[in-house]
Amino acid sequence: MSLLTAAVRRRGPGALAWHLGALVLLAVVLYPVVWTIGASFKPSADIIGALDLFPADPVTDNYTRLTEGIADIPISTFFLNSAYIAVGSVIGVVLSCSLTAYAFAKVRFAGRNAMFAVMIGTLLLPYHVLIIPQYVMFQKLELINTFTPLLIGKYLATDAFFVFLMVQFMRGLPRELDEAARLDGCGHLRIYWSIVMPLCRPALITSAIFTFINAWNDFMGPLLYLNEPDKYTVSMGLKMFIDQDAVADYGGMIAMSLVALLPVLAFFLAFQRYLIDGMATSGLKG
Amino acid sequence: MQTSPGARAPEAGGPVGKRNGPGGSGPPAGAPKRPGGRENLTGYLFMSPWIAGFLFLVAGPMVFSLYLSFTEYNLFDAPRWVGLQNFTDMFADPRWRQSVEVTSWYVLIGTPVKLAAALAVAMLLAQKRWGQSFYRAAFYAPSLIGASVSAAIVWRALFSDDALVDRTQKVFGIEVGGWIGDPEMIIYALVALTVWQFGAPMVIFLAGLKQVPRELYEAAEVDGAGRWRRFFHITLPMISPVLFFNVLLETIHSFQVFGSAYIVSNATCGPADATLVYTCYLYEQGFVNSRMGFASAMGWLLLVAVGLVTAVLFWSQKRWVHYEEGGR
Repeated sequence: MSLLTAAVRRRGPGALAWHLGALVLLAVVLYPVVWTIGASFKPSADIIGALDLFPADPVTDNYTRLTEGIADIPISTFFLNSAYIAVGSVIGVVLSCSLTAYAFAKVRFAGRNAMFAVMIGTLLLPYHVLIIPQYVMFQKLELINTFTPLLIGKYLATDAFFVFLMVQFMRGLPRELDEAARLDGCGHLRIYWSIVMPLCRPALITSAIFTFINAWNDFMGPLLYLNEPDKYTVSMGLKMFIDQDAVADYGGMIAMSLVALLPVLAFFLAFQRYLIDGMATSGLKG
Repeated sequence: MQTSPGARAPEAGGPVGKRNGPGGSGPPAGAPKRPGGRENLTGYLFMSPWIAGFLFLVAGPMVFSLYLSFTEYNLFDAPRWVGLQNFTDMFADPRWRQSVEVTSWYVLIGTPVKLAAALAVAMLLAQKRWGQSFYRAAFYAPSLIGASVSAAIVWRALFSDDALVDRTQKVFGIEVGGWIGDPEMIIYALVALTVWQFGAPMVIFLAGLKQVPRELYEAAEVDGAGRWRRFFHITLPMISPVLFFNVLLETIHSFQVFGSAYIVSNATCGPADATLVYTCYLYEQGFVNSRMGFASAMGWLLLVAVGLVTAVLFWSQKRWVHYEEGGR
């Protein structure tokens, strides 16, 4: 008997209570998402006032209104712009950060440790010190209202977090592999491309998805650098709703908010394991 | 065949012990051994994107912004040197002081609450249960969407007058109205938005909790230590490195909040500047009022503030962060 109670005690408050607690918490956390889905099918006037999660008579006007676009711009424009920036960012980050990470992890060159320290330092640097001078620079180069300011940093490995993530991963690869390749006469470029890159796939995928989602969600970059609506990203399209008479079109705004989240949610559902593991390892190997 | 832990240990330590491992065939592939001309060149070539990025997008701009912070500059006329004027103006500016106050509140309330929620849920999920990875993913989801304009818009809808939060409060007889229109309350709507994204630090805590050896708890239980004692004497010290990492990262992020503050308050900075976070004011001064010099000075002060907080955190580390080698 005492053995049994000891076993119960060791297992904590029991599976049922645990699941109940976890589900209640989950309901609280996911409430805003579920509410948004329900609200997108409510008539505009009911969105703020009505307390019910889902409307008794769902309407689809909010979505049909989206097909008319925002201020004469079809919403597909915003989505294409966002997609272009997000995909461009992914390619840039994967290539430039992996090259840099390879140098840190596998090439021993003079000044490596100092440069690594500087790179880690930029991880802690507030971006806002840089926005004024960068803006001035891009303005002088007449690159305002182009996507270049939003993309160039991705091709120049300025996302130190991903470099860090990839370095951690590459250092974990067995050294025997690249030593063997070296014996076979492979140069660094070959080792990088044919051995290290394929083995680093989990780190690359993690970086790619985070980059995509960050670029998709980015608000300050487009706010600063894009000033004509046909260049706007989804975030800026959403801001146009706010600039307009927001009260009148609450429905359209909520529907658009949800549609804007779809790529992020899709990526999340498809790759959540990579994302979460990538996040978890980043904290562990400091 | 030489994959014993002994062969691996020096590698983790960095460039030091690469020379040993006499069990290997000791081939003449001397290239990777010591830094040399060719190896240096290869390294710099691989690094060239980062080097260019660092020089042109980070270091250069920092120097430039330091210069600008001592000037008056509107982007069109040449910068005019004004010495420390921007800094003295700043301290005399009540709206700047307001922005410092709002940001401090946001950091001081949001970060601890978020981390406490993250740790609590991580401890719940650390128990081996069926469906664990489902819960983990579901709790993590807001961390990805929370930074978007969409989330900020939803937040505005949930916390406005006569909307969900307001009505729920009325059920409990609390008449405060919507949080969005209330200068006293809107900051808490923002705090709630950041706390909602507790999933990212939670995942890191969870990974840390899994590394705590079970035997420690069993031994403590045998010694009659209760739940709280086990938490304070085993769990907290054992996860202090990840706690440190989370505190550092979340604090630095909180200092830089912009999008959510800007959108939740309807593309303004809140009623009566109630959500005038530091970066909102920096944006307004730089890009709305064309005071690039003043905004640069603000940027530098933010850098100094974040630097100080980081330094204090690193300094405090030796008092409360326990790394494995250190023993107790």
